[in-house]
Amino acid sequence: MYDVIVIGAGPAGVNAAIEADNLGYSVLIIDEQGSAGGQVWRNKSSSIIDAPKTETSIKGNALRDALMSSNVSVKYEARVWHIEKCDTIWNIHVENDVLTSKNLIIATGAYERIIPIPGWTLPGVIGLAGATALFKEHMMVPGHKTVVAGSGPLLFYVANEIERLGGTVEAIVSLNSRFDWLKSLLIMITQPILLWQGFKWVTAFYKKTIWQSAPIKFEGADHIELVKIKKVDDDWTPIGKEQILEADSVCYGQGLIPAIEASRLAGAEHHYDETLGGWVPTIDDMGRTSIEGLFVCGDNAGILGALAAPIRGKNAAQAINKNGVVYDIGKFERFGKAMTALSIPRAGLLNLIDTDTDVCRCEGVTRKEIEHEIITGAQSPNAIKSGTRCGMGPCGGRFCADAQAMINEHVTGKTREDIGLPTARPPLRPMPMDQITEELNYDDLPIPGVSPL
Amino acid sequence: MIRRAAEITFQFDGDEFTAFDGETISAALLRSGQKNIRSAPTGAPRGMFCGMGVCQECVVEVDGKKTEACRTKVKAGLIVRKATYV
Repeated sequence: MYDVIVIGAGPAGVNAAIEADNLGYSVLIIDEQGSAGGQVWRNKSSSIIDAPKTETSIKGNALRDALMSSNVSVKYEARVWHIEKCDTIWNIHVENDVLTSKNLIIATGAYERIIPIPGWTLPGVIGLAGATALFKEHMMVPGHKTVVAGSGPLLFYVANEIERLGGTVEAIVSLNSRFDWLKSLLIMITQPILLWQGFKWVTAFYKKTIWQSAPIKFEGADHIELVKIKKVDDDWTPIGKEQILEADSVCYGQGLIPAIEASRLAGAEHHYDETLGGWVPTIDDMGRTSIEGLFVCGDNAGILGALAAPIRGKNAAQAINKNGVVYDIGKFERFGKAMTALSIPRAGLLNLIDTDTDVCRCEGVTRKEIEHEIITGAQSPNAIKSGTRCGMGPCGGRFCADAQAMINEHVTGKTREDIGLPTARPPLRPMPMDQITEELNYDDLPIPGVSPL
Repeated sequence: MIRRAAEITFQFDGDEFTAFDGETISAALLRSGQKNIRSAPTGAPRGMFCGMGVCQECVVEVDGKKTEACRTKVKAGLIVRKATYV
């Protein structure tokens, strides 16, 4: 039994674990990767023997060193698939093990919002954050000629990394306009180093950037070959003439969504806040949730990015004690929100989703089928799921839930808060049965005696 | 300068591929231009998508078990098969 279990070893989780250790608690941190760092400070693969230092490697290594020199116990390459609270004790199911703690800190980060358009399932179309994993872990590029498309600051980071690692960026297709970026400048001034870095990236790719535009279709036989794009209006509805780009790879995404599956399974209250990336746990300024002994920190508590994450982590550990110290995240919060604001979905995005496009990649459910289900009476995500299987596949609905809710919002006129979320259920990740149960020998099964009747 | 580990070979869907020792199956296949690594239940080709173990698009079979190619390291001589469904 630990005083504290932390799920997720990114910048928020590790800082929470170290702070809790400093406060004298016994702490275990669990992560599905082979080492700490999360997505933002992801560690290099053992296939990289030597490479130039980058901000990611320096900050990531500092985080891993700090964790190593603490008393925090670590469990890597381990997947939490279920969370239960029994009286005051948390039961954390990790494969066929059950670990227990008095307090639980969830720091599961985020995943990407990726708007379904025709051809988005073609091999070679990957998420923007997925591309960063390739850069950080393997120092490799997604292809020879890459289109980088979507919204927010990640576009420019991804383009820069592609060219640094020897690839070619065919174009950056940015939903955001130059004016959207100008609006964020005032807040970016609070982070002069990042502002300078951002300025260098944008100027380096200025000629290759197609502003206020979006892919409307990806084409290819068994992998991506062509990207068809159009201009978008201020609402992000595609307008005007089609332009065709050639590419053997596409990095594509429209911002980040908080990974709230674990905090929902743990029973915490959640609400919808588009300025934080969507549905988030309802918390105080330290990360205390509606459930006693349950705390959240990092992007799963609302997308504020890597600068705010370490402080949010420390606050979550301090929150265990009623009189804990609160560290101020003021300017990092403002900066994070300004970056998140660039990806707040606008109504026109829905016009990118063709009626015959698979919105649910896993189960092959189209926009038309979802709309039909809603019109004929299914109005909640649960009802849509049982009627169409949209969200029932192995990704757990992570890549269709947002688009499904956008469609629902459009058809019914309901708010996202009113539409709600599907019931939270285990497993948090697909698990092979033999990994969640003991090895089964049928002869060991107790056979009940014959009924007296 | 990036220095990488020695090259090893493994099999995917009956063909031989190379990998730098320690990298993931998905990285090794992508480096060789093998983007199509799975067939969806509809028969449509699929490849690595989220790159972080969430989407399950890159699931392959190793030793008869389904595993995400983006979270599984290549070993010399590893036999990887295409998974027809997840």
